[in-house]
Amino acid sequence: MTLAMTGVRLTYPDGERRLTALDDVALSVAPGEMVAVTGPSGSGKSSLLAVAGTLVTADAGSVEVDGVDVSTLDQKGRDRLRRGRIGFVFQQANLLASLTATDQLLLVAHVTGTSRDVARTRAAELLDYVGLSAKRGKRPHELSGGERQRVAVARSLMGSPAVLLVDEPTSALDAERGRAVVELLRDITRDRRTATVLVTHDLRHLGLTDRALVMRDGRLTEQEAAVGR
Amino acid sequence: MFIAWRDLRFAKGRFALLGGVIALMTLMVVLLTGLTAGLGAASVSAVEALPADHIAFQRPADGQETAFATSTLPGTAAAELAARPGVESAHGMGVSTARLNVGGGSDAVTLIGTDPSLYPEPESGTTPGDGGITVTADLAEDHGLAPGSTVELNGRTLTVTGIAATTTFNHLPVVYLPLATWQELAKTDTVTAVALTGDPGETPGTLTVTKEDAYGAVGGYSSEQGSLTLMRGLLLGVSVLIVGAFFTVWTMQRAGDLAIVRAIGASRGYLLRDALGQALAVLVLGSAVGGAVAAGLGALAARAVPFVLDAQTVGVPVASMIAVGLLGAAVCVRRTTTVDPLTALGAAR
Repeated sequence: MTLAMTGVRLTYPDGERRLTALDDVALSVAPGEMVAVTGPSGSGKSSLLAVAGTLVTADAGSVEVDGVDVSTLDQKGRDRLRRGRIGFVFQQANLLASLTATDQLLLVAHVTGTSRDVARTRAAELLDYVGLSAKRGKRPHELSGGERQRVAVARSLMGSPAVLLVDEPTSALDAERGRAVVELLRDITRDRRTATVLVTHDLRHLGLTDRALVMRDGRLTEQEAAVGR
Repeated sequence: MFIAWRDLRFAKGRFALLGGVIALMTLMVVLLTGLTAGLGAASVSAVEALPADHIAFQRPADGQETAFATSTLPGTAAAELAARPGVESAHGMGVSTARLNVGGGSDAVTLIGTDPSLYPEPESGTTPGDGGITVTADLAEDHGLAPGSTVELNGRTLTVTGIAATTTFNHLPVVYLPLATWQELAKTDTVTAVALTGDPGETPGTLTVTKEDAYGAVGGYSSEQGSLTLMRGLLLGVSVLIVGAFFTVWTMQRAGDLAIVRAIGASRGYLLRDALGQALAVLVLGSAVGGAVAAGLGALAARAVPFVLDAQTVGVPVASMIAVGLLGAAVCVRRTTTVDPLTALGAAR
Protein backbone atom coordinates (compact mmCIF):
# COMPACT_ATOMS: atom_id res chain seq x y z
CA MET A 1 0.00 0.00 0.00
CA THR A 2 1.24 3.50 -0.76
CA LEU A 3 -0.63 4.97 2.19
CA ALA A 4 -1.17 2.76 5.21
CA MET A 5 -2.54 4.00 8.52
CA THR A 6 -3.33 1.62 11.38
CA GLY A 7 -4.62 2.28 14.89
CA VAL A 8 -4.10 6.01 14.47
CA ARG A 9 -5.21 8.14 17.39
CA LEU A 10 -5.01 11.93 17.55
CA THR A 11 -6.21 14.21 20.33
CA TYR A 12 -6.19 17.99 20.70
CA PRO A 13 -6.22 19.99 23.92
CA ASP A 14 -9.68 21.44 24.53
CA GLY A 15 -9.67 23.41 27.75
CA GLU A 16 -8.81 21.04 30.58
CA ARG A 17 -9.68 17.90 28.60
CA ARG A 18 -8.50 16.50 25.29
CA LEU A 19 -10.70 16.25 22.26
CA THR A 20 -10.36 13.07 20.24
CA ALA A 21 -9.99 13.95 16.55
CA LEU A 22 -9.04 10.50 15.30
CA ASP A 23 -9.88 7.30 17.15
CA ASP A 24 -8.26 4.03 16.09
CA VAL A 25 -8.31 4.96 12.44
CA ALA A 26 -7.16 2.48 9.83
CA LEU A 27 -6.85 3.40 6.16
CA SER A 28 -5.03 1.79 3.28
CA VAL A 29 -4.88 3.27 -0.18
CA ALA A 30 -3.19 1.49 -3.07
CA PRO A 31 -1.41 3.09 -6.03
CA GLY A 32 -3.95 4.15 -8.63
CA GLU A 33 -6.77 4.13 -6.08
CA MET A 34 -8.93 7.11 -5.18
CA VAL A 35 -10.71 6.98 -1.83
CA ALA A 36 -13.33 9.49 -0.80
CA VAL A 37 -13.82 10.45 2.83
CA THR A 38 -17.08 12.13 3.77
CA GLY A 39 -18.62 13.09 7.04
CA PRO A 40 -20.03 16.03 8.95
CA SER A 41 -17.97 19.10 9.82
CA GLY A 42 -15.71 18.51 12.80
CA SER A 43 -15.78 14.73 12.35
CA GLY A 44 -12.01 14.53 11.82
CA LYS A 45 -11.63 14.54 8.01
CA SER A 46 -9.03 17.32 7.91
CA SER A 47 -7.22 15.76 10.86
CA LEU A 48 -6.99 12.55 8.85
CA LEU A 49 -5.33 14.46 5.99
CA ALA A 50 -3.06 16.30 8.43
CA VAL A 51 -1.78 13.04 9.91
CA ALA A 52 -1.49 11.31 6.52
CA GLY A 53 0.33 14.37 5.19
CA THR A 54 2.78 14.48 8.15
CA LEU A 55 1.60 17.94 9.16
CA VAL A 56 0.65 16.50 12.54
CA THR A 57 2.14 13.57 14.44
CA ALA A 58 -0.37 11.03 15.71
CA ASP A 59 -0.51 10.22 19.44
CA ALA A 60 -0.63 6.53 18.63
CA GLY A 61 -0.70 4.14 15.70
CA SER A 62 1.44 3.93 12.61
CA VAL A 63 1.47 5.86 9.35
CA GLU A 64 3.40 4.68 6.32
CA VAL A 65 3.79 6.81 3.22
CA ASP A 66 5.27 5.08 0.20
CA GLY A 67 6.86 2.51 2.48
CA VAL A 68 8.33 5.03 4.91
CA ASP A 69 7.31 4.80 8.58
CA VAL A 70 6.54 8.43 9.44
CA SER A 71 7.15 7.86 13.17
CA THR A 72 10.87 7.33 12.45
CA LEU A 73 11.23 10.79 10.90
CA ASP A 74 12.17 14.04 12.56
CA GLN A 75 10.81 17.44 11.45
CA LYS A 76 13.28 17.73 8.57
CA GLY A 77 12.56 14.20 7.47
CA ARG A 78 8.83 14.90 7.42
CA ASP A 79 9.45 18.10 5.40
CA ARG A 80 11.51 16.04 2.97
CA LEU A 81 8.81 13.37 2.69
CA ARG A 82 6.16 16.03 1.96
CA ARG A 83 8.38 17.61 -0.69
CA GLY A 84 9.07 14.34 -2.45
CA ARG A 85 6.20 11.94 -1.92
CA ILE A 86 3.08 13.85 -0.89
CA GLY A 87 0.94 16.23 -2.92
CA PHE A 88 -1.66 18.50 -1.34
CA VAL A 89 -4.68 20.08 -2.94
CA PHE A 90 -6.20 22.52 -0.50
CA GLN A 91 -9.63 23.96 -0.05
CA GLN A 92 -10.14 27.09 -2.20
CA ALA A 93 -6.95 26.39 -4.13
CA ASN A 94 -4.72 28.32 -1.70
CA LEU A 95 -2.48 29.77 -4.38
CA LEU A 96 0.07 32.48 -3.63
CA ALA A 97 -1.25 35.80 -4.87
CA SER A 98 2.07 37.07 -6.23
CA LEU A 99 2.83 33.99 -8.33
CA THR A 100 1.71 33.21 -11.86
CA ALA A 101 0.27 29.79 -12.63
CA THR A 102 3.68 28.62 -13.83
CA ASP A 103 5.40 30.07 -10.77
CA GLN A 104 3.00 28.22 -8.45
CA LEU A 105 4.45 25.01 -9.89
CA LEU A 106 8.03 26.25 -10.10
CA LEU A 107 7.88 27.10 -6.41
CA VAL A 108 7.54 23.39 -5.62
CA ALA A 109 10.51 22.66 -7.87
CA HIS A 110 12.51 25.41 -6.15
CA VAL A 111 11.70 23.96 -2.74
CA THR A 112 12.72 20.48 -3.89
CA GLY A 113 15.88 21.76 -5.59
CA THR A 114 14.86 20.58 -9.07
CA SER A 115 16.91 22.13 -11.88
CA ARG A 116 15.36 25.13 -13.60
CA ASP A 117 15.11 23.59 -17.08
CA VAL A 118 13.60 20.33 -15.85
CA ALA A 119 11.16 22.28 -13.67
CA ARG A 120 10.06 24.55 -16.51
CA THR A 121 9.45 21.62 -18.82
CA ARG A 122 7.49 19.74 -16.17
CA ALA A 123 5.44 22.78 -15.19
CA ALA A 124 4.50 23.37 -18.82
CA GLU A 125 3.57 19.72 -19.23
CA LEU A 126 1.40 19.72 -16.08
CA LEU A 127 -0.37 22.96 -16.95
CA ASP A 128 -1.07 21.48 -20.36
CA TYR A 129 -2.34 18.31 -18.66
CA VAL A 130 -4.87 20.28 -16.59
CA GLY A 131 -5.85 22.35 -19.64
CA LEU A 132 -4.30 25.64 -18.60
CA SER A 133 -1.50 26.13 -21.13
CA ALA A 134 -3.01 29.41 -22.21
CA LYS A 135 -3.17 30.72 -18.63
CA ARG A 136 0.35 29.92 -17.52
CA GLY A 137 1.28 33.59 -17.05
CA LYS A 138 -1.85 34.53 -15.12
CA ARG A 139 -1.93 35.28 -11.41
CA PRO A 140 -4.68 33.81 -9.18
CA HIS A 141 -6.88 36.92 -9.34
CA GLU A 142 -6.90 36.61 -13.14
CA LEU A 143 -8.18 33.01 -13.03
CA SER A 144 -11.65 31.60 -12.39
CA GLY A 145 -12.31 29.43 -9.33
CA GLY A 146 -12.14 26.25 -11.39
CA GLU A 147 -8.92 27.34 -13.08
CA ARG A 148 -7.35 28.17 -9.73
CA GLN A 149 -8.23 24.74 -8.42
CA ARG A 150 -6.75 23.09 -11.54
CA VAL A 151 -3.53 25.06 -10.99
CA ALA A 152 -3.54 23.77 -7.41
CA VAL A 153 -3.96 20.22 -8.72
CA ALA A 154 -1.07 20.71 -11.17
CA ARG A 155 1.05 22.14 -8.33
CA SER A 156 0.38 19.07 -6.21
CA LEU A 157 1.83 16.91 -8.99
CA MET A 158 5.09 18.82 -9.41
CA GLY A 159 6.94 16.69 -6.88
CA SER A 160 5.73 13.41 -8.50
CA PRO A 161 3.84 12.41 -5.36
CA ALA A 162 3.01 8.86 -4.43
CA VAL A 163 0.19 10.10 -2.20
CA LEU A 164 -2.27 12.83 -3.15
CA LEU A 165 -4.26 14.40 -0.31
CA VAL A 166 -7.17 16.52 -1.45
CA ASP A 167 -9.16 18.69 0.96
CA GLU A 168 -12.61 19.83 -0.18
CA PRO A 169 -11.46 20.84 -3.67
CA THR A 170 -14.94 21.70 -4.87
CA SER A 171 -16.24 23.70 -1.94
CA ALA A 172 -15.87 27.02 -3.78
CA LEU A 173 -16.98 25.74 -7.19
CA ASP A 174 -20.33 25.26 -8.88
CA ALA A 175 -21.49 21.70 -9.61
CA GLU A 176 -20.16 21.55 -13.16
CA ARG A 177 -16.72 22.89 -12.35
CA GLY A 178 -16.57 20.81 -9.19
CA ARG A 179 -17.26 17.63 -11.13
CA ALA A 180 -14.59 18.58 -13.70
CA VAL A 181 -12.00 18.94 -10.94
CA VAL A 182 -12.88 15.58 -9.39
CA GLU A 183 -12.78 13.93 -12.80
CA LEU A 184 -9.34 15.44 -13.29
CA LEU A 185 -8.23 14.00 -9.95
CA ARG A 186 -9.60 10.59 -10.91
CA ASP A 187 -7.67 10.68 -14.19
CA ILE A 188 -4.50 11.72 -12.38
CA THR A 189 -4.93 8.86 -9.93
CA ARG A 190 -5.21 6.39 -12.81
CA ASP A 191 -2.53 7.92 -15.06
CA ARG A 192 0.06 8.65 -12.43
CA ARG A 193 -0.70 5.79 -10.05
CA THR A 194 -1.12 8.02 -7.02
CA ALA A 195 -2.86 6.89 -3.85
CA THR A 196 -5.47 9.63 -3.59
CA VAL A 197 -7.55 10.57 -0.55
CA LEU A 198 -10.36 12.97 -1.38
CA VAL A 199 -12.11 14.67 1.51
CA THR A 200 -15.44 16.03 0.33
CA HIS A 201 -18.84 17.11 1.51
CA ASP A 202 -20.30 16.70 -1.92
CA LEU A 203 -21.80 13.22 -2.15
CA ARG A 204 -22.36 13.62 -5.90
CA HIS A 205 -18.65 13.04 -6.45
CA LEU A 206 -18.50 9.69 -4.71
CA GLY A 207 -19.39 7.91 -7.92
CA LEU A 208 -16.11 9.02 -9.42
CA THR A 209 -14.05 7.39 -6.66
CA ASP A 210 -13.08 3.79 -6.04
CA ARG A 211 -14.22 3.69 -2.43
CA ALA A 212 -16.11 5.94 -0.10
CA LEU A 213 -15.49 6.07 3.63
CA VAL A 214 -17.40 7.89 6.30
CA MET A 215 -15.77 9.73 9.18
CA ARG A 216 -17.90 10.27 12.26
CA ASP A 217 -16.64 11.39 15.69
CA GLY A 218 -13.08 10.55 14.72
CA ARG A 219 -13.86 7.01 13.61
CA LEU A 220 -13.52 5.94 10.02
CA THR A 221 -15.92 3.35 8.75
CA GLU A 222 -15.61 1.73 5.37
CA GLN A 223 -18.87 2.05 3.58
CA GLU A 224 -19.67 1.09 0.09
CA ALA A 225 -21.37 4.37 -0.56
CA ALA A 226 -24.15 3.94 -3.03
CA VAL A 227 -24.78 7.63 -3.20
CA GLY A 228 -24.04 9.02 -6.61
CA ARG A 229 -22.93 5.71 -8.16
CA MET B 1 14.46 34.16 -2.83
CA PHE B 2 11.95 32.62 -5.23
CA ILE B 3 8.92 34.09 -3.49
CA ALA B 4 10.74 37.22 -2.33
CA TRP B 5 11.45 38.59 -5.81
CA ARG B 6 7.96 37.83 -7.01
CA ASP B 7 6.42 39.49 -3.95
CA LEU B 8 8.59 42.55 -4.57
CA ARG B 9 7.31 42.80 -8.13
CA PHE B 10 3.71 42.03 -7.17
CA ALA B 11 3.45 44.38 -4.17
CA LYS B 12 5.47 47.17 -5.79
CA GLY B 13 3.55 49.95 -4.07
CA ARG B 14 4.03 48.63 -0.55
CA PHE B 15 7.71 47.91 -1.02
CA ALA B 16 8.29 51.21 -2.83
CA LEU B 17 6.76 52.95 0.17
CA LEU B 18 9.07 51.13 2.57
CA GLY B 19 12.05 51.64 0.25
CA GLY B 20 11.20 55.35 0.08
CA VAL B 21 11.08 55.63 3.85
CA ILE B 22 14.41 53.80 4.13
CA ALA B 23 15.88 56.10 1.46
CA LEU B 24 14.71 59.18 3.39
CA MET B 25 16.06 57.87 6.68
CA THR B 26 19.38 57.04 4.98
CA LEU B 27 19.43 60.50 3.42
CA MET B 28 19.06 62.10 6.84
CA VAL B 29 21.64 59.85 8.47
CA VAL B 30 24.20 60.44 5.69
CA LEU B 31 23.65 64.21 5.77
CA LEU B 32 23.98 64.24 9.54
CA THR B 33 27.11 62.10 9.35
CA GLY B 34 28.70 64.43 6.79
CA LEU B 35 27.70 67.43 8.88
CA THR B 36 29.03 65.82 12.06
CA ALA B 37 32.37 65.12 10.37
CA GLY B 38 32.40 68.59 8.82
CA LEU B 39 31.66 70.37 12.09
CA GLY B 40 34.16 68.12 13.85
CA ALA B 41 36.84 69.06 11.34
CA ALA B 42 35.93 72.73 11.67
CA SER B 43 36.46 72.38 15.41
CA VAL B 44 39.65 70.37 15.60
CA SER B 45 41.38 70.09 12.22
CA ALA B 46 44.20 72.33 13.49
CA VAL B 47 44.78 69.94 16.39
CA GLU B 48 44.47 66.94 14.11
CA ALA B 49 47.09 68.42 11.77
CA LEU B 50 49.68 68.80 14.53
CA PRO B 51 52.61 66.43 13.97
CA ALA B 52 52.40 65.29 17.60
CA ASP B 53 50.76 62.39 19.39
CA HIS B 54 50.15 63.82 22.86
CA ILE B 55 49.13 67.20 24.27
CA ALA B 56 49.98 68.31 27.81
CA PHE B 57 47.59 70.72 29.54
CA GLN B 58 47.44 72.39 32.90
CA ARG B 59 45.90 69.81 35.25
CA PRO B 60 42.32 71.01 35.74
CA ALA B 61 40.83 71.48 39.18
CA ASP B 62 38.56 68.70 40.46
CA GLY B 63 35.30 68.68 38.56
CA GLN B 64 36.69 70.82 35.74
CA GLU B 65 37.28 69.69 32.19
CA THR B 66 40.57 70.10 30.35
CA ALA B 67 40.25 72.97 27.86
CA PHE B 68 42.51 74.98 25.58
CA ALA B 69 40.57 78.03 26.73
CA THR B 70 41.51 77.66 30.40
CA SER B 71 44.85 75.83 30.36
CA THR B 72 47.98 77.82 31.25
CA LEU B 73 51.44 76.30 31.67
CA PRO B 74 54.73 78.01 32.52
CA GLY B 75 56.92 79.01 29.58
CA THR B 76 59.46 76.40 30.79
CA ALA B 77 56.95 73.53 30.60
CA ALA B 78 58.05 72.39 27.14
CA ALA B 79 61.71 72.14 28.18
CA GLU B 80 60.80 70.27 31.37
CA LEU B 81 58.62 67.80 29.50
CA ALA B 82 61.21 67.36 26.76
CA ALA B 83 63.69 66.20 29.41
CA ARG B 84 61.45 63.37 30.58
CA PRO B 85 62.11 59.80 29.41
CA GLY B 86 59.86 58.67 26.59
CA VAL B 87 59.50 62.15 25.11
CA GLU B 88 61.10 62.73 21.72
CA SER B 89 60.08 66.35 21.26
CA ALA B 90 58.02 68.97 23.08
CA HIS B 91 56.91 72.39 21.83
CA GLY B 92 54.95 74.99 23.74
CA MET B 93 51.75 76.20 22.08
CA GLY B 94 49.89 79.41 22.65
CA VAL B 95 46.26 79.31 21.57
CA SER B 96 43.97 82.32 21.62
CA THR B 97 41.31 84.10 19.61
CA ALA B 98 41.97 87.40 17.89
CA ARG B 99 40.51 89.72 15.27
CA LEU B 100 42.42 89.96 12.06
CA ASN B 101 42.06 93.26 10.20
CA VAL B 102 43.16 93.59 6.62
CA GLY B 103 42.27 96.46 4.35
CA GLY B 104 38.59 97.11 5.02
CA GLY B 105 37.91 93.54 6.07
CA SER B 106 38.06 91.79 9.37
CA ASP B 107 37.76 88.21 10.58
CA ALA B 108 37.83 86.34 13.87
CA VAL B 109 40.74 83.91 13.85
CA THR B 110 42.45 81.46 16.17
CA LEU B 111 46.11 82.25 16.77
CA ILE B 112 48.36 79.27 17.28
CA GLY B 113 51.80 80.33 18.38
CA THR B 114 54.27 77.49 18.28
CA ASP B 115 57.40 76.14 16.67
CA PRO B 116 57.24 76.30 12.82
CA SER B 117 57.87 72.54 12.70
CA LEU B 118 54.27 72.12 13.91
CA TYR B 119 52.74 74.26 11.14
CA PRO B 120 51.00 72.61 8.22
CA GLU B 121 53.15 72.26 5.11
CA PRO B 122 53.29 75.70 3.41
CA GLU B 123 51.61 75.92 0.02
CA SER B 124 53.59 79.05 -0.78
CA GLY B 125 56.05 81.37 0.92
CA THR B 126 58.23 80.50 3.89
CA THR B 127 57.83 79.82 7.57
CA PRO B 128 57.67 83.07 9.53
CA GLY B 129 60.32 84.60 11.69
CA ASP B 130 59.64 87.30 14.31
CA GLY B 131 56.89 89.59 13.08
CA GLY B 132 55.71 87.15 10.44
CA ILE B 133 52.71 84.88 10.25
CA THR B 134 51.47 81.94 8.19
CA VAL B 135 47.81 82.15 7.23
CA THR B 136 45.68 79.28 6.01
CA ALA B 137 44.57 79.05 2.39
CA ASP B 138 40.85 79.84 2.90
CA LEU B 139 41.68 82.93 4.95
CA ALA B 140 44.18 84.07 2.34
CA GLU B 141 41.60 83.62 -0.39
CA ASP B 142 38.87 85.44 1.53
CA HIS B 143 41.09 88.49 2.11
CA GLY B 144 43.31 88.35 -0.96
CA LEU B 145 46.41 87.66 1.15
CA ALA B 146 49.71 86.52 -0.32
CA PRO B 147 53.27 86.35 1.01
CA GLY B 148 54.28 89.94 1.68
CA SER B 149 50.78 91.13 2.59
CA THR B 150 50.39 92.84 5.94
CA VAL B 151 47.62 92.36 8.45
CA GLU B 152 46.79 93.81 11.83
CA LEU B 153 46.40 91.53 14.85
CA ASN B 154 45.71 92.92 18.34
CA GLY B 155 46.93 96.32 17.18
CA ARG B 156 50.21 95.03 15.80
CA THR B 157 51.04 94.93 12.10
CA LEU B 158 52.43 91.59 10.94
CA THR B 159 53.61 90.32 7.57
CA VAL B 160 52.28 87.22 5.87
CA THR B 161 55.27 85.08 5.00
CA GLY B 162 53.51 81.85 4.02
CA ILE B 163 50.21 80.29 3.05
CA ALA B 164 49.45 76.85 4.50
CA ALA B 165 46.74 74.26 3.93
CA THR B 166 43.44 75.21 5.52
CA THR B 167 42.95 74.21 9.13
CA THR B 168 40.42 75.49 11.61
CA PHE B 169 40.17 75.59 15.37
CA ASN B 170 36.83 76.01 17.10
CA HIS B 171 35.27 76.88 13.72
CA LEU B 172 37.73 79.76 13.15
CA PRO B 173 40.49 79.93 10.54
CA VAL B 174 43.95 79.59 12.00
CA VAL B 175 46.87 81.99 11.89
CA TYR B 176 50.21 80.36 12.74
CA LEU B 177 52.94 82.43 14.24
CA PRO B 178 56.11 81.94 16.30
CA LEU B 179 55.48 81.35 20.00
CA ALA B 180 57.48 84.46 20.96
CA THR B 181 55.28 86.62 18.71
CA TRP B 182 52.12 85.01 20.15
CA GLN B 183 53.38 85.68 23.70
CA GLU B 184 54.03 89.28 22.72
CA LEU B 185 50.51 89.69 21.37
CA ALA B 186 49.01 87.92 24.39
CA LYS B 187 51.24 89.86 26.76
CA THR B 188 52.28 86.71 28.63
CA ASP B 189 55.29 84.49 29.09
CA THR B 190 53.20 81.36 29.58
CA VAL B 191 51.91 78.80 27.06
CA THR B 192 48.49 77.20 26.67
CA ALA B 193 49.66 73.62 26.21
CA VAL B 194 52.63 71.56 25.04
CA ALA B 195 52.55 69.43 21.89
CA LEU B 196 54.51 66.22 22.47
CA THR B 197 55.88 63.35 20.51
CA GLY B 198 56.00 60.59 23.11
CA ASP B 199 54.27 60.19 26.43
CA PRO B 200 55.89 61.77 29.50
CA GLY B 201 53.63 59.84 31.90
CA GLU B 202 52.36 61.43 35.09
CA THR B 203 53.88 64.85 35.75
CA PRO B 204 53.00 67.25 38.54
CA GLY B 205 50.73 70.09 37.50
CA THR B 206 50.11 68.79 33.99
CA LEU B 207 47.70 66.39 32.40
CA THR B 208 48.86 64.66 29.22
CA VAL B 209 46.29 63.18 26.86
CA THR B 210 46.49 61.68 23.39
CA LYS B 211 45.98 64.07 20.51
CA GLU B 212 42.59 62.52 19.78
CA ASP B 213 41.48 62.95 23.38
CA ALA B 214 42.63 66.57 23.17
CA TYR B 215 39.82 67.23 20.65
CA GLY B 216 37.51 67.32 23.65
CA ALA B 217 39.50 70.27 25.01
CA VAL B 218 38.34 72.41 22.08
CA GLY B 219 35.36 74.46 23.22
CA GLY B 220 31.99 72.92 22.34
CA TYR B 221 33.47 69.98 20.39
CA SER B 222 32.22 67.22 22.70
CA SER B 223 28.70 68.58 23.12
CA GLU B 224 28.39 69.33 19.40
CA GLN B 225 29.54 65.86 18.39
CA GLY B 226 27.49 64.25 21.16
CA SER B 227 24.28 65.97 20.03
CA LEU B 228 24.74 65.05 16.38
CA THR B 229 25.74 61.47 17.20
CA LEU B 230 22.65 61.16 19.41
CA MET B 231 20.48 62.37 16.51
CA ARG B 232 22.05 59.81 14.19
CA GLY B 233 21.54 57.08 16.77
CA LEU B 234 17.89 58.04 17.18
CA LEU B 235 17.38 58.01 13.41
CA LEU B 236 18.88 54.54 13.20
CA GLY B 237 16.68 53.45 16.11
CA VAL B 238 13.57 54.82 14.40
CA SER B 239 14.62 53.01 11.24
CA VAL B 240 14.77 49.70 13.11
CA LEU B 241 11.23 50.29 14.37
CA ILE B 242 9.89 51.28 10.94
CA VAL B 243 11.43 48.31 9.17
CA GLY B 244 10.41 46.00 12.01
CA ALA B 245 6.82 47.27 11.98
CA PHE B 246 6.55 46.84 8.22
CA PHE B 247 7.84 43.30 8.22
CA THR B 248 5.72 42.38 11.24
CA VAL B 249 2.57 43.37 9.37
CA TRP B 250 3.85 41.90 6.11
CA THR B 251 4.65 38.56 7.75
CA MET B 252 1.24 38.45 9.43
CA GLN B 253 -0.49 39.24 6.13
CA ARG B 254 1.24 36.41 4.33
CA ALA B 255 0.93 33.84 7.12
CA GLY B 256 -1.55 31.90 4.98
CA ASP B 257 0.84 31.78 2.03
CA LEU B 258 3.70 30.72 4.29
CA ALA B 259 1.58 27.90 5.72
CA ILE B 260 0.98 26.60 2.19
CA VAL B 261 4.67 26.73 1.37
CA ARG B 262 5.46 24.88 4.60
CA ALA B 263 2.78 22.32 3.77
CA ILE B 264 4.31 21.58 0.39
CA GLY B 265 7.54 20.74 2.15
CA ALA B 266 9.58 23.95 2.46
CA SER B 267 11.76 23.97 5.55
CA ARG B 268 11.68 26.75 8.13
CA GLY B 269 15.14 27.78 6.96
CA TYR B 270 13.86 28.14 3.39
CA LEU B 271 11.16 30.57 4.51
CA LEU B 272 13.54 32.49 6.75
CA ARG B 273 16.17 32.86 4.02
CA ASP B 274 13.52 34.00 1.57
CA ALA B 275 12.07 36.57 3.98
CA LEU B 276 15.47 37.91 5.07
CA GLY B 277 16.62 38.09 1.46
CA GLN B 278 13.55 40.14 0.66
CA ALA B 279 14.25 42.52 3.56
CA LEU B 280 17.89 42.81 2.51
CA ALA B 281 16.94 43.63 -1.09
CA VAL B 282 14.60 46.44 0.02
CA LEU B 283 17.14 47.76 2.51
CA VAL B 284 20.04 47.73 0.03
CA LEU B 285 17.99 49.42 -2.68
CA GLY B 286 16.43 52.02 -0.36
CA SER B 287 19.72 52.79 1.37
CA ALA B 288 21.61 53.03 -1.92
CA VAL B 289 19.10 55.51 -3.33
CA GLY B 290 19.12 57.52 -0.07
CA GLY B 291 22.93 57.44 0.05
CA ALA B 292 23.25 58.56 -3.57
CA VAL B 293 20.82 61.46 -3.13
CA ALA B 294 22.55 62.44 0.11
CA ALA B 295 25.94 62.40 -1.61
CA GLY B 296 24.60 64.76 -4.26
CA LEU B 297 23.04 67.09 -1.71
CA GLY B 298 26.17 66.86 0.42
CA ALA B 299 28.33 67.95 -2.50
CA LEU B 300 26.15 71.03 -2.85
CA ALA B 301 26.00 71.64 0.91
CA ALA B 302 29.79 71.43 1.23
CA ARG B 303 30.04 74.74 -0.64
CA ALA B 304 28.16 76.55 2.10
CA VAL B 305 28.52 74.57 5.35
CA PRO B 306 31.16 72.39 6.97
CA PHE B 307 30.42 69.03 5.38
CA VAL B 308 32.70 66.08 4.79
CA LEU B 309 31.75 63.94 1.80
CA ASP B 310 33.89 60.85 1.46
CA ALA B 311 33.60 57.07 1.36
CA GLN B 312 33.42 56.88 5.13
CA THR B 313 30.73 59.51 5.71
CA VAL B 314 28.53 57.92 3.03
CA GLY B 315 29.49 54.24 3.22
CA VAL B 316 29.35 53.80 6.99
CA PRO B 317 25.84 55.27 7.49
CA VAL B 318 24.50 53.36 4.47
CA ALA B 319 25.99 50.13 5.84
CA SER B 320 24.67 50.96 9.32
CA MET B 321 21.19 51.53 7.93
CA ILE B 322 21.27 48.16 6.16
CA ALA B 323 22.61 46.42 9.26
CA VAL B 324 20.11 47.86 11.74
CA GLY B 325 17.25 47.47 9.27
CA LEU B 326 18.15 43.84 8.77
CA LEU B 327 18.26 43.42 12.53
CA GLY B 328 14.75 44.85 12.84
CA ALA B 329 13.53 42.68 9.99
CA ALA B 330 15.20 39.57 11.41
CA VAL B 331 13.40 39.93 14.71
CA CYS B 332 10.07 40.19 12.90
CA VAL B 333 10.44 37.67 10.09
CA ARG B 334 11.48 35.08 12.67
CA ARG B 335 7.74 34.53 12.89
CA THR B 336 7.91 32.83 9.52
CA THR B 337 9.54 29.86 11.25
CA THR B 338 6.60 29.46 13.62
CA VAL B 339 3.94 29.33 10.91
CA ASP B 340 1.95 26.13 11.31
CA PRO B 341 1.53 24.35 7.95
CA LEU B 342 -1.65 22.85 9.38
CA THR B 343 -3.39 26.18 8.83
CA ALA B 344 -3.16 25.48 5.09
CA LEU B 345 -5.72 22.75 5.75
CA GLY B 346 -8.06 25.25 7.29
CA ALA B 347 -7.07 24.91 10.93
CA ALA B 348 -7.69 28.05 12.97
CA ARG B 349 -9.52 29.71 10.11
